[in-house]
Amino acid sequence: MSDITHPRKWRETISARNNIFHLDLKEIWNYRDLLFILVRRDILAVYKQTIFGPLWFFIQPLLTALVYMIVFSRLGKFSTGNIPPTLFYLSGLLIWSYFSECIIRTSTFFKDNTAILSKVYFPRIIIPVSLIITNLVRFFIQGFLFLAIYFYYFFQGVSLVPNAYILLFPLLLLMVMAIGFGGGLIISSLTTKYKDLLHLVSFAIQLLMFLSPVIFPLHQLGDSIYANLIKLNPLTGIIEAFRYGCWGSGYFSWALLGYDAACIMVILFIGIVVFNSVEKNFVDSI
Amino acid sequence: MSREMIMVENLSKLYKLGEINTGSLSHDLQRVLVRLSGKEDPYRKLAEVNDRKAMPANGYVWSLKDVGFSVNEGEVFGIIGKNGAGKSTLLKLMSKITKPTTGTINVDGRVASLLEVGTGFHPDLSGRENIFLNGAILGMRKQEIKLRFDEIVEFSGIEKYLDTPVKRYSSGMFVRLAFAVAAHLEPEILIIDEVLAVGDAEFQKKCIAKMGDIARQDGRTILFVSHNVSAVKQLCNKAMLLENGMVKALGDVNEVLETYQGNNQDTESGIRSSIPENLPGHFTRWWLSGQSAKGEHTCYTREHFRLNISFQCFEKIRNAEMQFMLRYDDDQVLLHSSSSDFAGQIFDLEPGTHTLSFELALPIRRGHYELETGLWANNRWIDRWISSTKLVVLDTYEGHSRDHSNGILNIRTAFVKKAFQPNAILYEY
Repeated sequence: MSDITHPRKWRETISARNNIFHLDLKEIWNYRDLLFILVRRDILAVYKQTIFGPLWFFIQPLLTALVYMIVFSRLGKFSTGNIPPTLFYLSGLLIWSYFSECIIRTSTFFKDNTAILSKVYFPRIIIPVSLIITNLVRFFIQGFLFLAIYFYYFFQGVSLVPNAYILLFPLLLLMVMAIGFGGGLIISSLTTKYKDLLHLVSFAIQLLMFLSPVIFPLHQLGDSIYANLIKLNPLTGIIEAFRYGCWGSGYFSWALLGYDAACIMVILFIGIVVFNSVEKNFVDSI
Repeated sequence: MSREMIMVENLSKLYKLGEINTGSLSHDLQRVLVRLSGKEDPYRKLAEVNDRKAMPANGYVWSLKDVGFSVNEGEVFGIIGKNGAGKSTLLKLMSKITKPTTGTINVDGRVASLLEVGTGFHPDLSGRENIFLNGAILGMRKQEIKLRFDEIVEFSGIEKYLDTPVKRYSSGMFVRLAFAVAAHLEPEILIIDEVLAVGDAEFQKKCIAKMGDIARQDGRTILFVSHNVSAVKQLCNKAMLLENGMVKALGDVNEVLETYQGNNQDTESGIRSSIPENLPGHFTRWWLSGQSAKGEHTCYTREHFRLNISFQCFEKIRNAEMQFMLRYDDDQVLLHSSSSDFAGQIFDLEPGTHTLSFELALPIRRGHYELETGLWANNRWIDRWISSTKLVVLDTYEGHSRDHSNGILNIRTAFVKKAFQPNAILYEY
């Protein structure tokens, strides 16, 4: 054979070497049908064997907003400015629950899919990507709820002045997706080896919410240490920018948004590196 | 000229045994430090060859060690070995489910693997949906699957249950569907592990025929792992025998299968360990001859051969009777035969060396059997001898490959099926 003289060009070589900075977008694209099927499957799974079906997408955030209204607005006397508390909480929850769902769902994906991951190969990253997209559907359904309530208050005569900053919305959404994806990858990768982390995640996410402007407007805190602590949270600028675009009051800063973007890039990068380093061998540790 | 489709070089896989993640953080840190200082991983050096009988002291084991082979286009390559020999690990590495510790696998084409029944099937989805899901997992586009959909359904024979959730399928239906999807995918390389064990005999035949077609007509390459040795013999041109994670034999399928069966065969000739003194004569050695004898001490099941026993005689012996016995599992007597049976002979022996022979065939399972010979004359034993060499029976793989767990006898049976006629019974009254 001619192999000795001309080194053979193989279609694929499997070896111990591992490029941890690599994100094979072309391979993900080749598997887009699988991505689509997984997303469809996960969405349908919500409908099946429940009485209210997709209504749960509405009930959950509504109940949460209601609880916050009672606990924080009525009992705790936290002011939400001139914005009705329900609308205010829903706006924050819309973004926050998308983020937390992405993190929580992604963090257990190795564990949840052990059976299939240990038997067949497909690009593993397809699963976290599918989870991000599945949650996006839920995000948009909740977005409609938010819009409905927004217009309800708008026609009630509450002063809600949307402005040009609302055009930032696609970018803001992309940022939340990126941080949910990156953070989820980091946690899911670490949990393959150190399983204790799983128990911490949902708890940590809940705590983190108090370091975000979900339940109170940032500008009311002034320049306190707490306000600065909240600004460290990369979601803070995003939530504030979203609210600012929706009703023209609140705290908007390009600097804060820039800081958020930088944080998100770093998290996404670390996520991909960590994911790549465990992906190929995780089957051995389950 | 056919080209190489798969080339595997120096492939090794290290596993840590015992409780997972116990103390792994400290091991991890140690490894990182060592790697940073540019030395070899300390745990790799400690690892032992994968031997099931002995638990390695340090918990690290080579599940595969320096495995290398290549497979050409259109070949069906068989991989055989006992449980734990490393077959599954090899397939896992080849299917990219886990990564090798050292070495490389080069493949030239799309690989589809069928490692376990129903992998990639979702129990709540219908058969139809699962065909698409499974195809997508194996890397197929929706359009490709649509093109082959009817073919897949027809081959699997599950038309009626296409819209039933697969969790209601029997395991047989599962395999059919899984095999049908994988076989019709048109990957350049198809990896199949043991799946055939689940289906019924008819479907197994169909699968084997389909695999043959895939390789011969379409020129695609198949890696086939199975305990069904007769299927391996029927399908494969080349094979590899794995033992304790290492390649024990590689090459022509018949030679590899012979090595597999005769693995523990003694090579020394049938010589006795001690010679009794003060006897008029004694046995010296035994061997097999005839067309179907495979070696001095090896024969094929059900095939005729001649058992020869050498007897050295010092004084004349009258009215001698030659006997032999075959045992398995050390004490179970399988056969006891005498020269005087079937109106046979009682004979006299002059001083000198004699060859005493029996002609026979052994319709028994493959395995190792103990031979005892005896010469009886004038109401006493002249010599009784249990040979230290075992008689080895090989399988011809005409039927299912079976061993002692399926009974000792290996007899050809013929099956007849008659239609059940309940009315006929009713009207007999």
